[in-house]
This record gives sequence, structure tokens and C-alpha cells, in this order.
Amino acid sequence: MLRRRSLHPAWWALAAVPVAFLGLFFLWPLLTILGRGLIVDGHLDVAGAWEVLTEPRTGKVVATTIWLALLGTVGSLLLGVPAAYALFRVRWRGQKAVRALATVPFVLPTVVVAAAFSALLRPSGLLGHFSLDQSMAAVAAALVFYNVAVVLRVVGGTWAGLDPSTVAAARVLGASRWRAFREVTLPALMPAVASAAAIVFLFCATSFGVVLVLGGTRVSTVETEIYLQVNQFLDLRAAAVLSILQLLIVGLALWVADQARKRRERATSGKRLDGTRAARRKDVPVLAAILAALGLVLLPPLYALVERSLRTASGHGFDHYAALFQQPGRSVLPVPVWEAAVNSLETAALAAAVATILGVVVAHLVTHRTRRSALLDTLVMLPLGVSAVMVGLGMLLTLNQPIFGVTIGGSWWLVAAAQAVVALPLVVRSIVPTARAIDPHLRMAASSLGASPWRVWRTVDWPLLRGTTGLALGFAFAIALGEFGATSFLARPDRPTLPTAIYRLLGRPGLENIGMAFAASVLLAIMTASVMMASERMRTQVGADL
Amino acid sequence: MTKNGAGLEVAGLRVTYPGKPPVEAVAGVDLTVVPGQIVGLLGPSGCGKSTLLSAIVGVVEPDAGSVAWDGVDVTHTPIHQRGFGLVFQDGQLFPHRTVAGNVGFGLDMAGVARAERDERIAELLEVVGLAGYGGREITELSGGQRQRVAVARSLAPRPRLLLLDEPLSALDSELRGRLATDLGQILRRYSMTAVMVTHDPREAEMVCDRVVRMRDGVLL
Amino acid sequence: MRTVRTAAIAAITISTLALAACSSGDPDSESSDTPTTATASSSEPTAAAGGLGTEVTVVTHDSFAVPDDVLAAFEEDSGLKVTFVAPGDGGTLVNQLILTKDAPLGDVVFGVDNTFASRAIDEDVFADYASSAPAAAQAAQYAVPDSAALTAIDFSDVCLNVDNSWFEANDVAVPAALDDLLKPEYKGLLSVTNPATSSPGLAFLLATISAEGDGWQDYWTALNDNDLRVTSSWSDTYYTDFSAPNYGGDYPIVLSYASSPPYEAGEDGTTPTSALLDTCFRQVEYAGVLNGAKNPAAGQAVVDWMLSDDFQASIPENMYVYPVSTSVAIPASWEESAPLATTPWTLTPAEITANRDDWIQQWTDIVTP
Repeated sequence: MLRRRSLHPAWWALAAVPVAFLGLFFLWPLLTILGRGLIVDGHLDVAGAWEVLTEPRTGKVVATTIWLALLGTVGSLLLGVPAAYALFRVRWRGQKAVRALATVPFVLPTVVVAAAFSALLRPSGLLGHFSLDQSMAAVAAALVFYNVAVVLRVVGGTWAGLDPSTVAAARVLGASRWRAFREVTLPALMPAVASAAAIVFLFCATSFGVVLVLGGTRVSTVETEIYLQVNQFLDLRAAAVLSILQLLIVGLALWVADQARKRRERATSGKRLDGTRAARRKDVPVLAAILAALGLVLLPPLYALVERSLRTASGHGFDHYAALFQQPGRSVLPVPVWEAAVNSLETAALAAAVATILGVVVAHLVTHRTRRSALLDTLVMLPLGVSAVMVGLGMLLTLNQPIFGVTIGGSWWLVAAAQAVVALPLVVRSIVPTARAIDPHLRMAASSLGASPWRVWRTVDWPLLRGTTGLALGFAFAIALGEFGATSFLARPDRPTLPTAIYRLLGRPGLENIGMAFAASVLLAIMTASVMMASERMRTQVGADL
Repeated sequence: MTKNGAGLEVAGLRVTYPGKPPVEAVAGVDLTVVPGQIVGLLGPSGCGKSTLLSAIVGVVEPDAGSVAWDGVDVTHTPIHQRGFGLVFQDGQLFPHRTVAGNVGFGLDMAGVARAERDERIAELLEVVGLAGYGGREITELSGGQRQRVAVARSLAPRPRLLLLDEPLSALDSELRGRLATDLGQILRRYSMTAVMVTHDPREAEMVCDRVVRMRDGVLL
Repeated sequence: MRTVRTAAIAAITISTLALAACSSGDPDSESSDTPTTATASSSEPTAAAGGLGTEVTVVTHDSFAVPDDVLAAFEEDSGLKVTFVAPGDGGTLVNQLILTKDAPLGDVVFGVDNTFASRAIDEDVFADYASSAPAAAQAAQYAVPDSAALTAIDFSDVCLNVDNSWFEANDVAVPAALDDLLKPEYKGLLSVTNPATSSPGLAFLLATISAEGDGWQDYWTALNDNDLRVTSSWSDTYYTDFSAPNYGGDYPIVLSYASSPPYEAGEDGTTPTSALLDTCFRQVEYAGVLNGAKNPAAGQAVVDWMLSDDFQASIPENMYVYPVSTSVAIPASWEESAPLATTPWTLTPAEITANRDDWIQQWTDIVTP
């Protein structure tokens, strides 16, 4: 007998929405470009692909990619996990500002951050005598600078919600502080740590600008190699093979993390409560040490950034900031930088709204672990593991022609769609843990009281997800604000976003142009920090009525 | 064909959980509960009694067999249209709603008018011994009070059948005894038809009219 | 079943919303284009009578710039509404044109340079067009040999720039020619960019190949041994490495353009940097009508417009390169601080395309340890 429940028409009907979106703006472009590289005369070019795979250079870039990603991940965890404790578990005045500040690097344009890092690392720079210029260490340090924010977000939230009584129980049973941490706290944090590690690994493995600028000619990864093969040599076959390798690396990392998470999820699901505590006098040395380490990594590049934005021919001043509101020379930008900032805000708002709506739908669909939900989850995560160069090119190939008679190429919202594709996986990742932590009894109780599936979601899931969703919305907004890779392919020259404007400013000689580029980056940083702080506030307000 | 007053009729019910090998949690169960009767479903943990309850309420769809109420097959009716109430061991109260918000939930779903709703909430809170608790937050309640709210909530929309899954197991033994007595009285007051899953024979005796035992997926 | 229906309704509602957002967004974006668009659409359609149609899409790189009034005048005269798209730079732009040649990104392209021109011509990306604009005769001297596909619009020299104050302060003579850079006194002073990732980097590699001939690999080996610094992009070399007063880096000789020094002029008008005119490679930028263009006649009109005096005269101030036309005025300051190389190094586009990938590969083997 055919089992009726194996069809799940309702699930698929709802899943059709995110699948259609990703299909149009991601899968179709990606598969098109992969097909151009791998299909020769209607057949899969296996021999050609094998040739690329067995080239010594391929092995070398793969090894560099994995090694660099591991360095970046371990570094981000070593710094980020203690910092999550200091900024989320323990309460003290001013910590929200520090949290927002720590998120800023994540969305800064890579060209500018790399420039700030190189300025620090060059022989006459602040850190010049370490001779780290164009080294793996320099790239890894920049990756840590970027990704600490991810660890903070993912681990911090979980840590703040851990039941302090379990630690107390362990302590009563005679466990030392360290033992209690290792035996009780750490296992409870593991799913979050694994999640964070996977995302950071993935960002590191697909990082482009930082590797290109700070690695110079000495460090090449799969991502920079793809860029080279496409943009210089027009070798789509090599680019396609490398893209698939990159997907495999990223997929493997996600799978490992998922295994670690799955094993623990049961143990921690259930109650979410406020496990934070006010800082005490004896916490001061530990907090100070953690914050000092965090400051040591985050502050020098931010300092370099601000300093360069203020540097003028005659010393220091706010000239470059004033210039943001004037029309620069036509050769530099067609509009004043503030207009680019407005463009960015509009595009990012749309992108964040789309990503959040789709993210809530996807989170709802994957809350129950089934084979089909794992499939959807994987599809949503894919964009994180694919080179922006490939997706951007694929979009040029596919979305440029009329689709069902509708011309969408050149539309401003295409940029928002691309940004939403990039932000969606992170939105889903932020919401799913909370959705899974909702006791299924609540939904069953609501159903038995006469609530239809839609009303169950509306009256049970949504009120409990609202806070996290607000946070995810803020995160998506920040990501969309800073997105450059896909945007650079789609943004119209007369409608630059802030990151594309910064990139163009950096392409022109003259102190006023580079000064403006850095001032615009500081503006972007401030916008981002404000968005993050606002979404934090939203969470605490909602949290209060929980 | 409607058989008025036939109550709950479960026939040849089977539920298998996929896996290697698949686990047959309910292996062919026939059970009839006539209106107004409170049946205790007793058995060791893992015997399939909770799965049977889930299949009756509609959380789990059976692989074979049927569930009917008053002669109408409801095997494939969605939970929210069955009109069966449900009480769990714990973790079922909506944390974002007050006590009154919880008790009134089913009435909201049914679109009951405000005045009638408030009256019904007050009545039920009084019946379960929590008069005046309507404005409280769920977090302010003790374990026993929470279970009382859960019972009140499940009764509010006047379910045809109430299913209770170890409703008292999370409480300490003294409280359990008192609440068991109260629960029996409350159910009888409303002439509820009910099935209560428990592993405690004493508790079953205090609440139920009839006790059936279950082991390895079948009724003994 | 109820569940199914509810979910389906939810799905439909969401997709309808999405569609609504799309359809309302589209015309919006069209009308919010630029002020010039409004002028164009309200202009009299008389000019369109010439069979030019009403719309033309120009594919370009993001350094493209034209004054609003010059564009508006063209739109009014031609009756065309001009849309610009800029998906990439240099080699990226050419590769994108090749990949999309079955469904071109627009009607006409501006910004293909001589380092990549032949690759695109070989791939039949362009339709032949011979402009009859007055400046066409002057453009002809920069034309790609044996091809009528592209029309030269502007050119520039990629040259090494030096920080004069550093050489004065350290009492070292400013190097004159490429071979000087191998001398011990210039050890560790030079920063250039990677030809694989940067178009000035490629131009400089081509300059050395043009100058050194078959000995170019030995030249780069020696340059590398003289503590050459290589970065990935122009901004890293210029903004981070250049020791010029504005940037405070550690390298007094960097790769940039002949037109860069005026940007560094102080308040008193003196320029602290200058270009080494014997190290230059001449980059020519072309425009061409795309094969398969929806509106090829309009594409040709755009090429003619780019050769017009109005457009050519705007080039120096707007794109900081030289116009091909000799009949328009060049800013006076350029004569002094941004002179052109008298004998720049050159290679034919065909030579470049035949060898470019091999040269870059060999260069990488020499320079990357």
C-alpha cells in the first residue's frame, strides 16, 4: 500500500518558493556556466576534467585552500569562543557597543581591509618588522579579523541561553571550574561551535579579495585560481573543475559540522532561558585579557582604516568626509558617494527582506530533519560554497535574455536578488536552531486545540522566532550592504552601491580619491554597526515579552 | 453512516517507525471507548502506548487500521479538525502567552466571542483550582499549576475526546496523588471521554474507569 | 485536504507578492535612470526617423565617464535612450563579451583594449564598421591591423612613476630606461603589478617583451633578483607601496600611468612624481558594434558619437586618457605634467593574443618562488 504521508504535497508546495528563487538566481546560472566548461559537443568532457584534476598546480591550490581555511577557522575559534563568553555570557556596561564593533569587520569591503592590512604590514608599517607581507600568516590574520564576528554571533547566542544551573550542579559535585567547563559547558556549546566552525571554514575557503591582495603572487587558492582561469585565460573547463572541487571541500566541511551538531542537538534542545550573569569583580582579569586579545586583532586594521580616512595633504582633517557629499570628478564616480550609500540602503533593504522571508520559510521547512529537508538545506547552503565569479558570470549568461518574455537584465533589483542569495544561507542558519529548539509539544497542543498548520505557525512558531528573525534580518541587511562579488557583475555604472563606489575610488590616483575610499568605508562600517545595534535592541525588546 | 454515541473505535491500528530494522511500535490494536468513559492505558516505557495515543490524536499517521469517532472514520482527518484534546507530561504551555492566553487559545481558534471566551476561561480556571491566575505569566507557575493550566486549556474548546499522555509524571509523588484525585473529578464533572497513558497503576486506578495494559505494541 | 490548500495558498501569495515587487520595480528603475533619460524620452522623435530605433545599450568598463550635457546632446540628436552596463574591466570585459556572444549584453562596446582586442575579434564578437566621423582618419593609425571590427577612441601610456623627492633625498639618479632597473642602486625600489590579475601589469610585461625581445625572461629573472615587489592590483602598488608624499610607502618606483603625476600636484602646482617615458606601453581603447546587436544602427551611431569633437574633447578630463582626435584641445597642464611617451613600446594585438597566455605563464614561473 502506498503510504500517503510519503508525498507531502504541502511541504513541496511551500518549498517551491525558495527553490524557484534559488533556481532562477543561482542554480540555473551556475549550471549554465559549469555546462559551458564541462560539456563538449553534447558530452561530458571527462578526459578534459581529469586532465585539470591531475595537474600539479591543482593539487597545490587545493592544499593551500584547505590549509589556509583551517588556519583561519582555528584562529577565529581561539579568539571568538572566549570573546563570546566575555560579550554574551557575562553582562557589563558597554558590551553592546563592543559587540556591534566586533561585527563591523565582517561586512567591510575586502579591498579596503586588505589595503589597511598591507599598510600595517609593509616594511615601514606598524607591524613591518615581522616581515609578514605576502605570507600565509598575513592572509590568515585577515581571515580571523573578518570571521571572529561569525563565531561571536553563533556561539554567543547559545552561550547566553545555556542553563547556568547545570554548571552549578557540576561544581557542587566537585568539578573544578575548568572541569565543569569541559564536561558541561563545552558539550552544550558544541553544536554552536561546530556551526560556527563550518561557516567560518566556508568563508575562508571561498575568500577572494583578502587572498589576492595580501597573498600577492605567493598565495593562490582555488578561488583566486578560478578568477584567473576565467578572467585571464578564459579556461572555463579548468574553472568548472575547480568550482566543483571547491564545492566538495565546502560540502565536506558542512557535513562534518552537521554530524557534530546532530549528535548534540538532542542534548541541548528544549528550554531557552536567560543564562547571562552580571560581571563580578573577580571576572575583571579574565574579561580584560579576552578583550585585550580581541582588541589586538580588531583594532589595528580599524585604526589604519580611520587614520587613512582622515589623512590629508596638510595633516589630518575631515576633508574626505565632506567630499562624500560632493560630486567627484566624472572620471571617478557619476554620483556623489552619499547617493551610492542611498542606493546601497535601498538595495540592501530589499535583499534583506527577501532573504528573511525566504529564510523563515526555509527554516520552517527544515525544522524537522528528514531526507527532503536535508536536500533543501543543502541547496540553500550551496551559494556559500560557490565562487562569486562563477555565479556572476552565469547570471550574465542567463538573466541577460528575456525570461518568459520578461526582461530582467539591468534591473536594479537584480542586485538585491543576488545579495539575497548570498544572505539567505546565513539567515536560515540563524533561525533554524531556534526553530528546532521549540518544543514540538507546543505545536501539537495548538493543533489539537483547533489551529490549522498556518495558524500553528502564526500563533506558536512566529512569536518564538520573532526575536531571532529580527536579528537575522539585521545580519542579512549588513551582509547585503557589504556584498561586492556578485554586485560588481550586476550593479549599473550609473547606480553604484557603496562597495562598488569604494572599489572605483581605489582605482584612481590621487590622495582625495583614496581618502574618499577610506572615508566611504568608515561610513559603511558605521551604517553596518548601526544596523546590527538596532537589530540587537529589537531582540532584547522581543525577549522581554517572552 | 453515523453511529451516534459509539465513541472512540480503534481497529487494527499499526504504526511502524522507519529504520533498520523498522520498529513496529503499534502492532495491531483494537480499542473501544464509550462516551463518558475514562480508559487508562498502562504499560512499561517503550511498549508503544504513547505512539498509540499519537495515532489516535493524529500526530502520527498509521500504516494500517483506522480510528473512528461515533462511526465516522477520522484516520486521515488533520489533528486540528478532529476535536480531540491533548495533555502532555510537560513543555506544552505557550511561553509567550499568559495563563488566560493559554486557556483561551482553543476558543480563539474556534472564533468564540470575547465575553463568552472570558467567561469560559474564568470557569475553567476555577474548576482546576487556579481562579484569578489568568493574568500570570507561565514562568511564574509551579509544575503542578502548569499541569492544571494544561488540563483547563485542553477542556476549554469542549473536545469530544481527551487524550492525556503521562500528565502527572513530571510532578513529585505527593503532588501527583493530589492532582490525580482532582483530575478524576474534573473529567467526571464534564463527563469527558478520555484515554490516559500512564506507567503508574495506582494513578490509573485513581483517575480511570477501566484500565487496559499494553506490551510490545499490542493490548493484553 | 485542508493542510495542502493552506500551504498552497501561502505559496501562491508569496510568489504573487514577489511578482508584484518585480513588475513594480522594473519600470521604476527605468524611469529613475538619470536626469538625462528624462530629457531623452521627452525629446522629439524626429531624429529617430533615421531608423535608429529608440534604445541603445552600451557595454563598457566602470572607468567609463561622459559629461551629462554631452550625453544629453547625443540623446536629443539621435532620439536614442542610452543605457550603460559595466560588468567588468579589461580582460574580464572581453571574456564576458565572448561568453555572451550568442545573446549579447548590448549593442555596442566601449573599452576593449589592444592587449585583449584580438581575442575578441578572433571570436567574432564584433560586426565590422567603418566610421565616417571626422576623427576616424586619426583613429586609423591606432587600428588593429587587418580588421575593421574596432574603432580606436582613446589611448594612454602605462609607465613607471617615480617619487622625485626620494631620489633627491637619497642622492640617487632617477632611472631612465628599463635596463637601469637591474642596477644595484635600484635594488628593492620597484613595485609592479601581476600581469595575470592587473591590466597595467600586463601592459608593463608587454613593454618589457617589446623592449627586450627574446631576452625578456632573463630581464625579469634579473629584475626579480634585484628584489622586485609584485602586488595583485594597481591600487596596492600605487597607494600602499608608493613612497610619494601622499602615500608614504616604501617603494620610490611604481607602475602606473603617464597621466598619474598631475593627481599628485601640491597646492603650489608642483608635481612630486613623474613618469619614466622610456618605460611606457601604449594602451589603446576601442569601441565596436556587437555582432547580434538588437539595434546595430544605433550602435554605429554611438561609435560615431565617440569620435565626435564633443565626446573626444571630454575624454582627458573625464577618463584621464588621450583622445585619438588631434583637433580637440588637451588641457594645458597635461603638456607639462602628463606628457606622452615619444616612442612607446608596442606590440600588435595579434602578436599579443597569440602569446599572451604563454607569456603570463612563463612570467609567473619566473617571479613566483
